[in-house]
Parts: sequence; C-alpha cells; structure tokens
Amino acid sequence: MKRSITRLLMAPSVILLLVWMIVPLSMTIYFSTIRFNLLYPGQNNFVGWMNFEFFMTDPGFMPAILNTLILLLSVLIITVVLGVALSALIDKPFFGQGIVRVLLISPFFIMPTVNALIWKNMMMNPVYGVFAWISQSLGLEPIDWLSDFPLMSVIIMVSWQWLPFAILVFVTALQSQDTEQKEAAQMDGATGWHIFRYLTIPHLARPIAVVVMIETIFLLAVFAEIFVSTGGGPGYDSTNLAYLIYNQALLQYDVGVASAGGLFAVLLANIVAFFLIRAVGKNLTV
Amino acid sequence: MTLNQQRKFKTFITGAFAWLIALLLFFPIFWMFITSFKTELQAISVPPALFFEPTLENFGIVQERSDYLKHALNSVVTSFGSTFIALIIGVPAAYAMAFNPTKKTKDILLWMLSTKMLPAVGVLVPIYILSRDYGFLDSRTGLVIIFTLMNLPIIIWMLFSYFKDLPKEILEAARMDGANPWDEIVKVVLPLSIGGISSTALLSIILCWNEAFWSLNLTASEAAPLTAMIASYSSPEGLFWAKLSAASTLACAPIVIFGWFCQKQLVQGLTFGAVK
Repeated sequence: MKRSITRLLMAPSVILLLVWMIVPLSMTIYFSTIRFNLLYPGQNNFVGWMNFEFFMTDPGFMPAILNTLILLLSVLIITVVLGVALSALIDKPFFGQGIVRVLLISPFFIMPTVNALIWKNMMMNPVYGVFAWISQSLGLEPIDWLSDFPLMSVIIMVSWQWLPFAILVFVTALQSQDTEQKEAAQMDGATGWHIFRYLTIPHLARPIAVVVMIETIFLLAVFAEIFVSTGGGPGYDSTNLAYLIYNQALLQYDVGVASAGGLFAVLLANIVAFFLIRAVGKNLTV
Repeated sequence: MTLNQQRKFKTFITGAFAWLIALLLFFPIFWMFITSFKTELQAISVPPALFFEPTLENFGIVQERSDYLKHALNSVVTSFGSTFIALIIGVPAAYAMAFNPTKKTKDILLWMLSTKMLPAVGVLVPIYILSRDYGFLDSRTGLVIIFTLMNLPIIIWMLFSYFKDLPKEILEAARMDGANPWDEIVKVVLPLSIGGISSTALLSIILCWNEAFWSLNLTASEAAPLTAMIASYSSPEGLFWAKLSAASTLACAPIVIFGWFCQKQLVQGLTFGAVK
C-alpha cells in the first residue's frame, strides 16, 4: 500500500485530535493571561501572571492538589490489591462462578451520578442509611460519613466503581496463566502462597500496568461523584482540582482564574503521566 | 479426611467466601432496585424494610416529573451516535497504522492516548464558550461531537491492537487478487475483526452512557442524558429515596443488562490487547 493512502486514512483522526487538543488548550492559555469574568464583559485586558497568583493563593489550592493525589493513589492501591486478590479467589471453578462474576463486575456499569446518590443517601446517611442501621444494631454511634470523612466517602464510591474493572482485567489475565507450570511447582512442594507470589504476580505485571494507566486517566478527572455527594465540602475537604476549577469557572464566573487552574490540572496530569509511564511503561507494548 | 475430601472442602470455602464478597459488592445495586418498589415511608424506615408490598407508583412519578423517556432517548442517541461516528473515523486510521507501520506509528499512538491524559477540566472553559457561541449548549449534536472526540483515542488504540493480530498473509493474498484498500477494509479486515470491533463499540457506548462531566456542564434540560437527569435528584428537597431509586434504576438498567450480556466481549476489549 502506498504511503499517500496510509496518510489519507489516518488524516481524519489525526487532524480531528490535533484540533481537539490545540484549539481549546491555546484558548485556555490565552484566557489565563487576561482578565475575563463573565459577570463583567468587555474588560478583557492583559494581566500577566495575576490569574495564576490568584489561583495559587486560593485557600482551596493546596487541599485540592493533595486531595487529587490522595484520591488517585488510594483508589489505585485499593482496586489493584483487592482486584488481584478477588480475581485469584474466583479463578478456580466453584458453585455459581458465573453469577458471582456478573455480580462482581456490575458496579462498573453504574453511572457516577447514580453511584454517588446511592452511597450518599441509602448507604451513608447518618439517620436512615444502611451503615447507620448496622452501627446501631451493634450498639455503636452512627457515623456521619459525608461530613466527618468526606474524602474517604468519595474514595469508597470511586473504588466501588473501579474495582470491577480491575477484576475484569485480572480474571481474563489469570485464565491465560500456564497451568502446567503451576502443577509442576505444586509437585515440587510449592505452597499456594509461593505459587501466587512467584508465578501469578509476575504473570499479572502487564495487566496491572494496563489497569493503572487507564484508571489514572479517569481518576485524575473524578468530578460527578464529588458534584453529587459532598459538593467539595465541608470546606475544601473533598475538593479535588477538577471540582475547584469547575467552582471558579461556572459558579464564580471567573474564566481567567479557572483557565489558570485548568493549566495546573494539565501540568499535574503531565507530571503524573511522566512518572507513570516510567513506572509501568516498560510493561506496555504498542 | 481424605485428600479428595480436603480439596472439596477447600473449594467449598473459597466458593462461599467469593459469594459473600460478591453479594456485599452488589448490595448497593440490589438495595437501589428494592427501594424503587417501596413507598417513601418504607424507604426511610429504620430498621430497613425487607418485606413489603411492592408498588410501581414511583416509576410513573419519575416519568411524569422528569420525562425519563426523553432523557433516555438523549442517552441512546448520544452514546450510539458518537460511537458510530468514532468507529467510522477510527477504523481507517487503526487499519493504516496496523498494516503499514512506520517508525512513527508508536509515537502517533502514544500521542493519541496522551490527548486522553489532558484533563477535561483544563479545557472546560473554552469548550463551554465555543459551545455557547456556536449554539451547541444543551444540544445533542454538541454532545455527540464531544463524545466522539473524547473516545476516539481509546477506540483507535483498541482497534489497532486487534488489527495488529490479524494474519498478514490473508491481506497479501487479497492484494494479489487485485483488491484495493477499500476492498481490503470492507471485505477482508472488517469481517475478520467483527469481534474486536463490537467490543470496542461496547466499551465506547458504556463510557458515553455513563459520561458525567461534559453532560453535567454542557446540557440543561433539552439534551440532558440520563446522567444529568439523575443529578437533578441530588438537590436536598427532602427524602425522596423511593423516587430517587426508581429514577436510578431506570437510568442504569439498560446499560447494566447490556453489560451483563456482553461481558465476554467487553473483557477482551478492556485490556487493549495487552492481556490475551
């Protein structure tokens, strides 16, 4: 096939993605250097770094960055560790294996807004929620999850959503594991733990890399769960970068500052991506 | 105990444990489903009501109050429409890269994926303003365009990993018989990779159906898909859990059932060819 045809076939995708990347990003960069508040139209003079200073000195700035990273790391650890453990648990045939798998992966199909509403109301409500009822039955004081542990509540919701994804990937990966190798190890007297540690875990290196990479893309941008459940509060306790910028742009109408914040989000994503690709990149092949 | 009995016992314990965890993780969904058939009073009763006379009242109220069918149609149109368009754009690109790889192919693929790393919130303001100026706010067309571009990198990446594994000899044979690239794609590549393409489409549909950032920020009432409709139930206007549950059940049921039926295909797709 000729080179020109190859180029022709790729052109629509490449051009569209270039436009999708460059146009909004350059607009964001431009907006971040001017005064731009939707409430005061027409006063769009150049202000240099002021928007950045304003965003960085916002009391929510440091909490938002920390919360973004805590959320990312906690969910990654929870989903990968539990995902590996659970997929190893359901790897061997047992009664109702198919149904168990369907039950386990279901939360992945639940939309984030519904996810947040179920957990916020029916599970975590301090008076009528299921958790409150369990605490009371055990004679304990019910916990007001969303006010007392807002970030942890969000972590629980997001992990619940992404654990099935990890399980799906790991279960598939385990099915391709060499059973002869495992049997040989068993013959040689290896314990279950040894087989898991020295055969299964290395076998899962690549799937883990895939899970970490894809989850990171989505976890850096968690928004709906916070929007619906805690609204970023109390204070800034569960505000992440995405929510802080949304707050600046669409609630305070300050496009300039929001754009500066958007660039911070891009920067943070790039830093994370840089470390991530170095850490897991060698396990990924194109 | 004999060795055999011991093994059976072990399987039983693992199975029971797996069932326990699966039921725990599924519980919130089960609870949502159950609550949607309760009256509002039963929904907030402590201890939770397990046995009650089911009512279908809530579903009618949800349809009446927030026009479920309109939002469901929005969800269907945006997720299927954008997936279809993205496939049409993505298939040729993935085909070209898989069968005529150059030194730059890997870089192009990584660059495409890196556009996904760009957080949506970083371009929220420009997209919002562009949509406003061109009349795409609260429009299904606007949402379809954004969903298409949003999922294009993942779609190309997945298709690429499928096409790459197709036997090259078949293509060469077709070429010998005088097939042009169009024939190659339509008559050889597509029929061979129908499984891969359908799992790609599945994942894309699910991601669009559950997408909540753009749909919350760019739609109001007319074009709002189900994700945005549900968010309107979060306003603290009282404890209407039964209606909330009914709305949630209606919003999730189509895609959950869809997902159950397609889980095998989905698994293949989700791993981007990195897991065989």
